[in-house]
Order: sequence, then structure tokens, then C-alpha cells
Amino acid sequence: MKYLDEYRDGEIAARIVDKMRRTLTRPWVLMEVCGGQTHSIVKNGIDYLLPAGVELVHGPGCPVCVTPLEMIDKAHAIARLPNVIFCSFGDMLRVPGSEGDLFTIKSLGGDVRVVYSPLECLKIARANPKKQVVFFAIGFETTAPANAMLAWRAREESLNNLSLLVSQVLVPPALEAILEAPGNRVQGFLGPGHVCAVMGYREYDPISARYHVPIVITGFEPLDILQGTLMTVRQLESGRATVENQYSRILDREGNRAAQQLISTVFEVCDRKWRGIGTIPLSGYHLRGEFSRHDAEKLFDVAGIAPREPEICISGQILRGLKKPHDCPAFGTLCTPQRPLGATMVSAEGACAAYYTYGRHLSPHGSDPMHPVIRETEIIHANR
Amino acid sequence: MPTADETSKIPGSRGPEIVATPAPFGSCPLPISEHQRIVLGHGSGGKLTADLIEKVFLPAFRNPTLDKLDDQAVLKIGDLRLAFTTDSFVVTPIFFPGGDIGRLAIHGTVNDLAMSGARPLVLSAAFILEEGLAMDDLRRVVESMRAAAAEAGVQLVTGDTKVVNRGKGDQIFITTTGIGIIENDVNISADQARPGDKIILSGTVGDHGMTIMSQREGLEFEGAIESDCASLNELVVTMLSTSTSTQRRDFIHTMRDPTRGGVATTLNELATRANVGMIIDQRSIPIRESVKGACEVLGLDPLYVANEGKLLALVVPEMAEAVLDRMRQHPLGCNAAVIGEVVDTHPGMVLMKTEIGGTRVLDVMFGEQLPRIC
Repeated sequence: MKYLDEYRDGEIAARIVDKMRRTLTRPWVLMEVCGGQTHSIVKNGIDYLLPAGVELVHGPGCPVCVTPLEMIDKAHAIARLPNVIFCSFGDMLRVPGSEGDLFTIKSLGGDVRVVYSPLECLKIARANPKKQVVFFAIGFETTAPANAMLAWRAREESLNNLSLLVSQVLVPPALEAILEAPGNRVQGFLGPGHVCAVMGYREYDPISARYHVPIVITGFEPLDILQGTLMTVRQLESGRATVENQYSRILDREGNRAAQQLISTVFEVCDRKWRGIGTIPLSGYHLRGEFSRHDAEKLFDVAGIAPREPEICISGQILRGLKKPHDCPAFGTLCTPQRPLGATMVSAEGACAAYYTYGRHLSPHGSDPMHPVIRETEIIHANR
Repeated sequence: MPTADETSKIPGSRGPEIVATPAPFGSCPLPISEHQRIVLGHGSGGKLTADLIEKVFLPAFRNPTLDKLDDQAVLKIGDLRLAFTTDSFVVTPIFFPGGDIGRLAIHGTVNDLAMSGARPLVLSAAFILEEGLAMDDLRRVVESMRAAAAEAGVQLVTGDTKVVNRGKGDQIFITTTGIGIIENDVNISADQARPGDKIILSGTVGDHGMTIMSQREGLEFEGAIESDCASLNELVVTMLSTSTSTQRRDFIHTMRDPTRGGVATTLNELATRANVGMIIDQRSIPIRESVKGACEVLGLDPLYVANEGKLLALVVPEMAEAVLDRMRQHPLGCNAAVIGEVVDTHPGMVLMKTEIGGTRVLDVMFGEQLPRIC
């Protein structure tokens, strides 16, 4: 298929890996920031192809995963109300709150709908004037323009039965939080391709300079990821630390100006809680005052909802790259995509879910968890 | 096949009911959620469906025939071996490119019979109709069932009709039950798979599921996608007629039509049933460009998408090429390919060599496939 197969060519992949092998003089730890990249890595078995000296740890860039428990609980409280149509991106439906998930609420009669585009909510709101239509506006800078557009259009059309429950987060403050964390192992980043398609990558320069860390903005196809990894390794091996753009077929340094303008018209930067990590200052967006009529947090009585997160779940450490899914005693046993305990198991983009989905719960402890060496004697739960 | 699109009404704002299972270590305020009510994922054909069968149905009905968990029961009556199966059909929209709920209801049951190597003979059909269903729609469905039954060479010999209040059904639900005869030298069952067997897939993956999905989402793709729904009994007859030196027809060990949950879930079921491993080569799996594109756009994996006119066959290695040749001469098998083989390592598990040369485990789907956010 055009524009896809070119980036999934096994021979080119082998050549890039070979170059990487010849470049390596010592081991390096890199982090892919995006959930979409994590997904691609495990789905395509890219980690299996990498030379032993290159370790990829999975970053915080799964939007569903980092949405804090209290926002999930607020969403559930609203979705349970009889007069509400609650709209959400698909993979949010499985995210557990303190009591069940949106699937459970749906099975009890709640009107929960999956939308592909936030703008679908406009149609739903127009068609259901007597209902309150609430959209769960989550995600990184990638979803911010479309989510902002929904709020903007709702205000333009005076659709007073349409509101957004906003839990919007930003990548750069999260990278700084990772680099500041005690015990940080990350030496280079595969930067977030889709996020930078919106925002450009200017704002990564100061991070790269301050922490002397290479950041290579990288795409999502297998060859993108391999090339981004090679570019990062080359910087590390030569002692350089700059921002480079592997994903140049999609984005440039400035990003999408129109989208940025829309975002700043609708949202303003605020402190945000991250599931498993805690509050990171100035790490998200909320709706500006002019849009308060469409702010679900102001329309519904949810301010008092402030649950505690499960203690056993180490998703915070996984999101910061300190631990791998295998390091969690609950991984694959107590915590599965069927019964997720925490952030990183809930979405297909979450590191734990990606590991689980592509069978890494079956690979033995002790071996390099990135390389699925499968020994018969160690397979306990094989697909049962 | 996909479950009915839900048109839920809000009966009130009851809170969810969740079982809090005590965590064996740590004090975990988040309960492990076991569904106390049916969720859509229970109908997905994935892990949740398997759980439902294992925890609710099997304990109640357990017997040696049922325990085989094939798509059909094989009953010995005197010298005769009968295949017996039943299937319910719920789909939104009821008419879609390439078929409709009526065709599906015939093909689905015929295929479940054919996967045991049986020659399908007779079917029953039970209709649950929703008050207000257009008579013309019902006629269209019935006419299409007649045509599908004629193509498959089966007769519909008994039936039932019920009507429910508007809002209590989704236009039309159909249940079909079928009986077929299995020749004595044919012995095809999920537990017959042996290491060395070649895994043959009869054609492209994901056509049916993506047709339904793009209809529901109102998406249009370059190069139309059509459901592959078809009766496979003739193709099976063709396969079984492959000439052998022994004149026996035991060279096909296992057959299954990969419907709900797709090829990945079906392969896992087979690997588990026969306690064998499987290795699949992603590059050899036939897929239409339009289906591949639709899956990319919607963030879905075609290996988990439903098919309604495809079969997977595990065939002894020395006969695989001959069977494949026969299949390719049949219109429903013209894209057939060997996609992998059965191995004696990693029993119960399916590995896949990816197109860029990596390896991953192909697991079963756990619930509904959900579109990813970005």
C-alpha cells in the first residue's frame, strides 16, 4: 500500500540495524515518547530487531493512560446521569475508574458513544437538544486542535447543550519531569511525531540544551522508528545533543500555525495531574473563561471527586522509564487488559497493554524483556 | 460476526456494580473488575466470550460432545455421523455491500457444518422481528435466504417467528440451526492438528468486518469493500477431493472459519485446543489494499477483524501444495495461501514473523477492538 509499504521494508530495516550495530561502541537507553510509537515497536517486533546495546524504554505519551483517575471518575459520574450523552474516543471506554469503566456504565443504560472525531459531537448535540452532550476531551497536543475546534464551534453555534470535560496534557513538561526524576536512565528521546506536527519542535531546543540530551522527532512506521533510533544513537556516540527531525515528510520546525492559534484561542496552560506520576506544573490545558459555558467541570457537580490511585500499580515508574512492565508483580497476573489495574495497561498504546497484547507476558523474566525468547518450560499462562 | 449496534435507552442513573476481589498483596483501592452484567465485549468472540462459555455455559451443560468446543457437535447415530450446529445473527446495518443478515444466517450455519467436513443437509430458522420492521425489508431478507440456501444446496425445513415490542430488538434477529452428514473417512476436528501441518487460509482477511465497520461509521474508501459472506461447503468438497496415493481423506486435520475475533483469535483457539504452537508469516497473509487502508485509518488490526466466507485449514505437509492447487481453482479459494505451520514448540501460542522481519506473539483479542486515539 502506497505511503505505508515503503516504510515497512524488511531489507531497508536490516540495513538500518546494521548501521546502528556498526555505530555502537557502548549501550544506550532511549525513550520513545509516544504511545503510538510504543504500539508500533511491539506490533512490528522492532525491539526484537535492535542490536543488544540499544534499549528502548516506553514513555508517557499514551494519552488515555496518563489521564488522572479523578478525571476518569468525573467522566463516569457525568456519563451515569440520565440526561447525558457521553462521547469519547474509543479506547477511553475500557479505562477503569474507581468503580468500573464506561463499558459498565453503558451496560447499565448510560448513553456512551464512541466518536472518531470530536466534531461528531456537534451533530449529536444538534440532534438531541433536550440532552446534555459531553465530550471527554483528552490527549496531548495532537488532539488539542480538534478538541479546541469543538469548543469553538459549540460557542459559535450557541450549542448550549454541548460541553467538554477537558484533560489535555503537554509533552515538553513531561520530558522535563522524566529528566529531573531521581534515577533517570533515559539518555535520548525519540520525540513525538504527531505532537510536533501540530506544535513544531522549537520548544524542544531548550530541553535538549539544558539536559544535554538528543531529541529526534520521529514518526510511527517501523522504518521511521529504526531511523529515529539510529539518528539518536549517532548523536549519543558523537557526543552531540540537539533536536533533529526524522519525520520531515510530515512536519517542520514551526508546526501547524493555524492549529496553534486555535489552541491558544480556546485553551490556556494550567497545572495538570498525570495518572501514576502526579501533578506536573504547567503541563496541560483547560478551557479559557470565554468558553466556561461549554466547560463540563463547571456545568456538572464533580468538584468533590478526588479518589486515591492503587498502590500496587507501578505505572508512574513505567511512564517515566524507570521500570518495565515485567518489573511489576501484578503484570499479566492481577493486571491484564481485561482487568487493568492502572494507567499503562488500559489503552493499546500503554506500555503494559502493548507488552501484553503482543505476548510479552509470555516471555520469561530474567532474559532481556525486549527480546521475546520463549522457552517452553516458562510458559505458564499461554493464551488461556 | 459483529454484534448489533446498541441503541440503549437510559433507564435511570444506577451506579455500576463491580465485584471487589481482595488483592493478594498490597492494599489496592482499585478493584479488579469482573463484569456483573453483560457488556458488548462478551459478544466479541475474544477472551471475554471464552470466559463466558467457560464460567457460565460449560459448567451447566458439560458433556463429552460439548467439551470438544468445536463449532459443531459431531453425533454418532448408528453408522451415521451427523454434524449439528446453531448460530444467531445480529448485525447493524441489516443490508450491507456484499450481503445482508439473511445471507449471513444461511452461510454462517452452513460453514459451521462444513468445517467438520460435513455435507450440510437441512436448516431451521427462527426469526425475532421488531414491531415496525418494514415488510419489504423482511421479504428482501427472506428472498436472500432462499437464494443462499439454494446456492449451498440446503433446505430450510422448519422455523419459528416471534415479534417483540418496538425498541426491544434491532429490526431482525435470526437464529439458524443445521444438520449435515460426515463421510466415514473424514475426521476433522480442532484437536487433530499436528506439528508439521501447513496452515492454509482460503483468501483475504477482514473483508466482512471492515464492510460493516465502514458502513456504520459512514466511511467511504477508495476501492469498495464488500463482505465476503459465502457458503464454503463446496470449497470444502473440492479440498476433500484432492487425489491422494492412499485414497483416504484424512489429510485435512482441522478446519475453522475465522469469523468473530478474526484469524488471530481462531488460530489461538486451535493452538490451545490441540496444544500445539504455530508460526505465521505476516507477509503471506492475503489482504485487500482497501481493507488494509481502512484498518490503518480506523486503527484496527485486520487479523482480528471478522470474516464470513473464509476458512483456515491445517493440512498434512505433503498434501498442502495439492490442496492449495485445488482451492485456487475454486472461486472462493483463488487467493488461498499457506500462511504458516504448526510446530511442537511453544504449545498454545501463535507467533508471527512481522513484515519487517521482527517476531511477535499473536494473542487473542480480549474484548471489542477499540479504535486508538492517535
